[in-house]
Amino acid sequence: MSEAKTNETVHLTIDGREVDAPKGAMILDVARGMGIDVPSLCAHPGLEPFGACRLCVVEIQKPGWDDWYKQLVTSCLYPVEEGLKVWTDSDEVRQNRSVVLDLQMARVPESDYIRELGRQYGVEKTSYAERDTKDTCIMCTICVRACEAIGRSAIATLSRGPDKYVDVPNKDACIGCLVCASLCPTDAIPFTANDNGKRRIWDKEFDLVTDERTGEVLGTPEYLAHVQKRAEGNGLVWPETLKQESAKVKRYEYARKLSRVADVEDRLADEAK
Amino acid sequence: MISGNGKPFGSPQALLERAEAIRTERKAIKQEIRVCAGPGCIARGAKDIHKQFQSEIKSHAKELKAAGLELDATLSEKCTGCHGMCEAGPVVTLEPEGTFYTGVKPRDAKKIVEKTLLHDQLVDPLLYELGHQRGGGKAERYTDIPFYSLQVRVALRNVGVVDPTNFDDFLAEGGFKAFAKAVSEMTPEAVIDQVEESGLRGRGGAGFSTGRKWRGALRVKKDRVWLICNGDEGDPGAFMDRAIMEGDPYSVLEGMMIAAYALGATDAYIYVRHEYPLAVEHLQLAIDKLHTAGLLGDNILGTGMTLNIRISRGGGAFVCGESSALMRSLEGKVGEPRAKYVRSVEKGLHDEPTVLNNVETFTCVPAIIDKGAGWFASMGRDKSKGTKAFSLVGKVKHTGLIEVPMGRTLREIIYDIGGGIIDDRPFKAVQTGGPSGGCLPADKLDLPVDFDTLSRAGAMMGSGGMIVMDDHTCMVDVAKYFINFLIGESCGKCVPCREGLRQVYDLLDKITKGEGEDGDIEKIEKLCHTMEVASLCALGKSAPYPVTSTLKYFRDEYEEHIQNKVCRAGVCPSLIMYEINEDCTGCDICARHCPTEAITGIKKKMYTIDPEKCISCGICKSVCKFDAVDIKSGDKIVSRDAVA
Repeated sequence: MSEAKTNETVHLTIDGREVDAPKGAMILDVARGMGIDVPSLCAHPGLEPFGACRLCVVEIQKPGWDDWYKQLVTSCLYPVEEGLKVWTDSDEVRQNRSVVLDLQMARVPESDYIRELGRQYGVEKTSYAERDTKDTCIMCTICVRACEAIGRSAIATLSRGPDKYVDVPNKDACIGCLVCASLCPTDAIPFTANDNGKRRIWDKEFDLVTDERTGEVLGTPEYLAHVQKRAEGNGLVWPETLKQESAKVKRYEYARKLSRVADVEDRLADEAK
Repeated sequence: MISGNGKPFGSPQALLERAEAIRTERKAIKQEIRVCAGPGCIARGAKDIHKQFQSEIKSHAKELKAAGLELDATLSEKCTGCHGMCEAGPVVTLEPEGTFYTGVKPRDAKKIVEKTLLHDQLVDPLLYELGHQRGGGKAERYTDIPFYSLQVRVALRNVGVVDPTNFDDFLAEGGFKAFAKAVSEMTPEAVIDQVEESGLRGRGGAGFSTGRKWRGALRVKKDRVWLICNGDEGDPGAFMDRAIMEGDPYSVLEGMMIAAYALGATDAYIYVRHEYPLAVEHLQLAIDKLHTAGLLGDNILGTGMTLNIRISRGGGAFVCGESSALMRSLEGKVGEPRAKYVRSVEKGLHDEPTVLNNVETFTCVPAIIDKGAGWFASMGRDKSKGTKAFSLVGKVKHTGLIEVPMGRTLREIIYDIGGGIIDDRPFKAVQTGGPSGGCLPADKLDLPVDFDTLSRAGAMMGSGGMIVMDDHTCMVDVAKYFINFLIGESCGKCVPCREGLRQVYDLLDKITKGEGEDGDIEKIEKLCHTMEVASLCALGKSAPYPVTSTLKYFRDEYEEHIQNKVCRAGVCPSLIMYEINEDCTGCDICARHCPTEAITGIKKKMYTIDPEKCISCGICKSVCKFDAVDIKSGDKIVSRDAVA
């Protein structure tokens, strides 16, 4: 999130282009704001930067450094600095992104999205030992963090190291809002949105509430109750608040459309046609 | 009795007077028995030995009194922290002579009391055998042993000297003198100046200047600054911080108190590893005592200073030794690291300025304040000042805990202090800096041990683990071992570390199984580069070092595994064969122990191993009394003697 706390700006250079950016903004957001395509898997405009996917790495050089010396940093976490020089697509950057994608391809051989990203970095086929799995989770943990942001924390990572995985240890807390599944960049969370008035996700089945006048599906009763509770906590009253709070939750879905995820998906869809 | 009259000390002066009084009182002590109660010695029965001493002293009370030794007046006995020479434990020393008894058993207490205490005679079988060092013979005092005489103890100054549960003991050794000096004579600025001038660098691994870190925190300090002591020592084979926390908890706390004074911190944590219950017990005891003595809490020593120190126990995750993961863990969150582009002195615990130092670093601080920055900076070399504690383990004769001035060479540490390699086998490599450190070969033995030299050589100082390896160690297997350790300890947050470790392990495993192919080394190197530059935290960034350093210095061994399917150390089971040679007496012992019945023969004639049935478990070799079992790899005998 590019939160500028003050009106102060800093002057820096990204890929040879000079730019003024608000102090405290992250390189990733500033670069994207300039229309520069920096890939990422775990960054999301609605969530705090996390720095796990290592795809948004860029090379930087601070003023005063030797001319030959550059450092690889994570652009989603690196705040802009005065006089900073940034390269978002150098050979070193591309090589490390290709290794990272190569590793991801070995992890989730069934993910079309990762395969497409890999192709962009010259990796047609993984050079490592593939996992024998249909699972496409890449451990970006957007689902975990979004669920926490919504106020449910039903999803968590379990175990550690290569065995780490995402699950719902707090299944009771799941309200069937589908935010996790809709934000997942690799569609790793299976769900049924509406099957004859029933919704299924995380091995849990929900009823659905429909607006009697319009026939629009409003969500699961658990979801509506959660939204109402949040609304009351904010001193607002049902039903006007429903839309407001719902929009807040939906923000994540809208945000998804802004990110690269959607672009690639559209392209894949076009190619399929 | 805390301050002599049971009340908290009201001023630094009162504390110093009390310390002086204890020292005067103790001048009468003619003899002191110190039983080492370090983890190694406890495991070998040190507590029983201590009890036995107490009962022997009781039953010999009359004779002892006649000899002028009366318990608690002229004679004292106590359990101390680790003496260091774990290989010779359980260890008992007698002061003031410095008599050094090794391999002591509970029944030896009687002999020691009767012979040494009553008749000034040494118990010969318990004396330390010098072997080839110093012309052989036996050492009467520990100062005669190179293992001790070559050491300079700063961080370990009180470990093995004081009873860690006894506040008076610590005061008598000059404890809190430095703190009293800081609060009564020095400004916080002057304290930081001293620490910075001393050249003290973080002992936890990164080697950042402690004084500069403190100054950095002071510069950004807003409402408060948190102080954290990192006691989450997790490297395999490392126990320096453990020895300090268990054996000298007051020095750690004093170091923290001086830092708190310098930084104006009022709240501090010690994050202690879950596996160190004794460290927690001793630290807690010390903290409680300091509260009653008026050295912690509000209005410390009447100066108006406030400080509370709390212990937080880790949950057993190695990665929580990484400072940002440790802070997340302290906040009650999952112990995962975060990028440190914004330093923790600006935004650390609870996003507030935080100073985190390692146990050994804090322990050095009182010595620096007491003796001066110049004294500390006079030891060491280049940009690495002072001394460093190491745990010396592996195939070295004298394993244990040591402390030497920075800049001593690896050879001095391994051969002079460590006594060389077990069975005088050839030295192959030394692994420094913990699981993500590097392995250095024999031609690097003359490198001085300091932060920068080790880094340049592809290894690192780390927290001070030193694992010595001989020619029976396969370097590919070693790399695989450490990668496997890191797989279990990676937090799994970022891709290069989580996925990279898995793939590096698979490739190494393939090589040790004789299935390595051309291009595997290059694949490993490419992967290691990305792990090094693109991982999120120091664990991931340094995780490839065991591989890159062995590839740098022992590349031929990797190539041999891949090209010739040979393991010259005779370690990798898939690449070796066991064969019985002409020294076989036909005793049948190997055949009886073989789990797959692969060994057959006629008694008193040479036996044979059926390679089809043999699973290379090595039991035959370990039970053979005649060195008649060889390990062959690629038609060459790689080992004719017993595997250690």
